[in-house]
Amino acid sequence: MADAATLAAASRRRQTRGRVLAYAALVLGVLVFAFPIWMTLVGSTHDVGSLGRGDVPLWFGPHGAENYASAWTTGGAGTRNTFTVPASAMLFNSALMAVLIAVGKIAISLLSAYAVVFFAFPGRMIAFWLIFITLMLPVEVRIIPTFEVMVNMNLTNSMAGLTIPLMASATATLLFRQFFLTIPDEYVEAAKMDGAGPLRFFRDVALPLSVTNIAALFVILFIYGWNQYLWPLLMVNDRTLETIVVGLTKMIGTGDSQNEWNTIMATAMMALLPPVLVVVLMQRWFIKGLTETEK
Amino acid sequence: MQKKVIFRGVALPVALLLPQLLITGIFFFWPAGQAVWSSFLREDAFGLSREFVGFENFVDVLTDPNYLTVVWNTAVFSVSVAVLAMAVALFLAVQADKAIRAATAFKTLLIWPYAVAPAVAAVLWLFLFHPQIGIFGRMLNNAGIMWDYKINGGQAMTLVIIAAAWKQVSYNFIFFLAGLQSIPKNVLEAAAIDGARPFRRFWTIIFPLISPTTFFLLVVNLVYAFFDTFGTIHALTQGGPGLSTTTLIYKVYVDGVQNLNFGSSAAQSVILMVLVMAMTAIQFRFIERKVHY
Repeated sequence: MADAATLAAASRRRQTRGRVLAYAALVLGVLVFAFPIWMTLVGSTHDVGSLGRGDVPLWFGPHGAENYASAWTTGGAGTRNTFTVPASAMLFNSALMAVLIAVGKIAISLLSAYAVVFFAFPGRMIAFWLIFITLMLPVEVRIIPTFEVMVNMNLTNSMAGLTIPLMASATATLLFRQFFLTIPDEYVEAAKMDGAGPLRFFRDVALPLSVTNIAALFVILFIYGWNQYLWPLLMVNDRTLETIVVGLTKMIGTGDSQNEWNTIMATAMMALLPPVLVVVLMQRWFIKGLTETEK
Repeated sequence: MQKKVIFRGVALPVALLLPQLLITGIFFFWPAGQAVWSSFLREDAFGLSREFVGFENFVDVLTDPNYLTVVWNTAVFSVSVAVLAMAVALFLAVQADKAIRAATAFKTLLIWPYAVAPAVAAVLWLFLFHPQIGIFGRMLNNAGIMWDYKINGGQAMTLVIIAAAWKQVSYNFIFFLAGLQSIPKNVLEAAAIDGARPFRRFWTIIFPLISPTTFFLLVVNLVYAFFDTFGTIHALTQGGPGLSTTTLIYKVYVDGVQNLNFGSSAAQSVILMVLVMAMTAIQFRFIERKVHY
């Protein structure tokens, strides 16, 4: 008996030690991951001179307010580039693009998944497979011909051109299809008996039941839309339509030390804050969306 | 799978499908078809006429030493990003799984980099490793190591790998932690009672149990490194110095948009499409899960 007691005590001690090490490793991990943001945040509160000289500050300076104000209203003085875009305009473009893509994708996927699940009509499987195959055609691999299509349709330099081609999504359709299949047949029977047609059933039953899935997908798609890079880079050269992610890298150019780094860092903070906030504040839906779209 | 109780009608379901089919047709199938078609064509120097050249574009692409360099870069880049991002994530997930009470709090603190755009992640790392204004860049130079990723190809590659992996750790962490938390605790207790040490327990019990997650993440990470890192590379190195950080996707962009070599760019697109299809098929074949496009 005494043996068992000492063994148990030893195992408990080992467990405690393991847990302390685990916490230490996790805290270190969190710090390593946050460090790039910390340096950017700190950098955005110093003046252009000290950053350009290479004095790398680890703590905040006194110039935060003016740096953010200058980024927000003018996008910096633009010593290198002749023309700068205010961050406020770029943030508006990014937000509009992200919301349009997310809402558009969810809307058309809900409709097509509903059609595929709740109706039997000739060509149903063909339609499903046509949508399914697009999983294999990410925009990056067909970028030049897609761009040519946009030129022919006169859609370059427009918000429509920026968003509509990114709205077709096999992932969202598959997710909603999966979910609709779990709606019990009895619900449909009951609705039919009450004389409700397919549109009524969609509005009163299918749609309300999908709310959590819609929220989860919205988080994922908002981030997807906000973080688009190659597509806006190609589609837009009218700088009034510039998104903040593309605009930020244009401010950097080739990474000259003479850049207005304080304004650039303030702009970088503004470019990453909205999607990060969405993930942190909607964490539950974010993780649901991430894991459900993958399985 | 099909529901037993369904609605009748043809016009309504077709109308419901129409928006998605239209967008898919115009912006997916038409351009993909164009890519295949123009991969068999060649444009003259003035862009006035195109002639059919068969597989010549493919032969040219595949025998171009630059292309082979880029294939090698892509392999080094993708494997490094996948291994680095997965190893760090697995390590952190194992720790978070031990710290049971605080696991959720650490999850919040570790998942946010997922939301940072690849191009913005590149910018954050540029601030750290810029040879003149970055804290680490200056440290390295002061320590006598000639650090300038704009001149040194190996350093450029290292930096894009770090910037790309940093962002992807969050994603892997979420899946590894979920996988670890689904392992029944009594299995581990039984092993502990049998006297298996933690390290041995990890490799003989935990790791085999999460191997489906690991394989799934490997494919997702490779797909990410192949296709979603254009922004990282464009913002940090523009594929340079020379070709040292040019990946397959980046080369499609350079040849198509900057060099206006449409035939070659289209042939490269077609090669990439075949590659994506193969990766998607592998993923379905072995784990029956879907990629997220």
